[in-house]
Amino acid sequence: MKRLFLLFVACGLSFWLPMATANEALPTENDPVAQKRAVELAAKLRCLVCQNQSIAESNAELAVDLRRQVREQITAGKTDQEIITFMTDRYGDFVLYQPPMKGTTVLLWLGPLILLLLGLLGMYFFLRKQAGKGEEMPAPLTDAERARVAFLLKQRDDSKT
Amino acid sequence: MFNEKRIAMKKKLLLLLPLLIFAVLASFFVVGLDRNPREIPSPLVGKPLPEFSLPTLDAPEQIVTKERFAGQVWLLNVWASWCVSCRSEHPLLLEYAKTNETPIIGLNYKDKMPDAKAWLQRYGNPYEMSIVDADGRFGIDLGVYGVPETFLIGKNGIISYKHIGPITEESLRNIIIPKIKELKQQ
Repeated sequence: MKRLFLLFVACGLSFWLPMATANEALPTENDPVAQKRAVELAAKLRCLVCQNQSIAESNAELAVDLRRQVREQITAGKTDQEIITFMTDRYGDFVLYQPPMKGTTVLLWLGPLILLLLGLLGMYFFLRKQAGKGEEMPAPLTDAERARVAFLLKQRDDSKT
Repeated sequence: MFNEKRIAMKKKLLLLLPLLIFAVLASFFVVGLDRNPREIPSPLVGKPLPEFSLPTLDAPEQIVTKERFAGQVWLLNVWASWCVSCRSEHPLLLEYAKTNETPIIGLNYKDKMPDAKAWLQRYGNPYEMSIVDADGRFGIDLGVYGVPETFLIGKNGIISYKHIGPITEESLRNIIIPKIKELKQQ
């Protein structure tokens, strides 16, 4: 009985869901260029309710409203930059997935580069130290050692012939 | 002899390195504990309240604009009957409204009128009036992303403070009320 009920609910939902989304997508659905722009813009904007999703991905109410805003403004002939300014005027730079370069974001943009440079610098000094170790000249041979080398070399030459 | 001592010291320092790294990481985490990633600074603070012309809950045929509140210090509290955390700040708002220090104007956000009215009847009404933003457009202009939110607006119509999330006793006493007093003196 319960299963039958769930089946009915599922059927009901499957009818209702496409209709709900169709309703939402109305303003730009007949214009593929505008639709593409709307989707691209929505992917660049962060949903503030569920902070790790773009408004294109999120189904939060605010994301639905903001997608509608984006489409309406596209239909009204606004440029992408105008729409992005509209969003940042209201929600701040946080709404952008790619924050602009400015005083407060310099560390964010340059931080990885600085870390990379520090790493390269560290590697350079480490490798130089290692190389220096290898090049250290051994102490010169003593007379006794020289005599032994000469003896051993001679022994080898003799065994060859 | 001297050289050996130096090498031994270097080794000791190297042993301390993990502790040092841990200390740096831990200090970052401790600072992070107190920060709320949901609190995003609003670019609207310091700017004039956006224009609106919306009906009120009590008189849907009447349209209210921001000029109605010009020349006074007031609070704009964004609320909805579906908003659970609004209930936690509600007693504080009711209590503060009794002092008659500053009008609290409600912004009924994305709500149904009968639900909103029933909610006020059930929990009490601290608002001088509630403006109705049924489709949430004014909410977008205000940069609202979570209810409740509270804006403090000065005599010149400029937003001087925004509180995100339910107001607490602490934030009311330590931040909002002092700011209201300051704004009133201007």
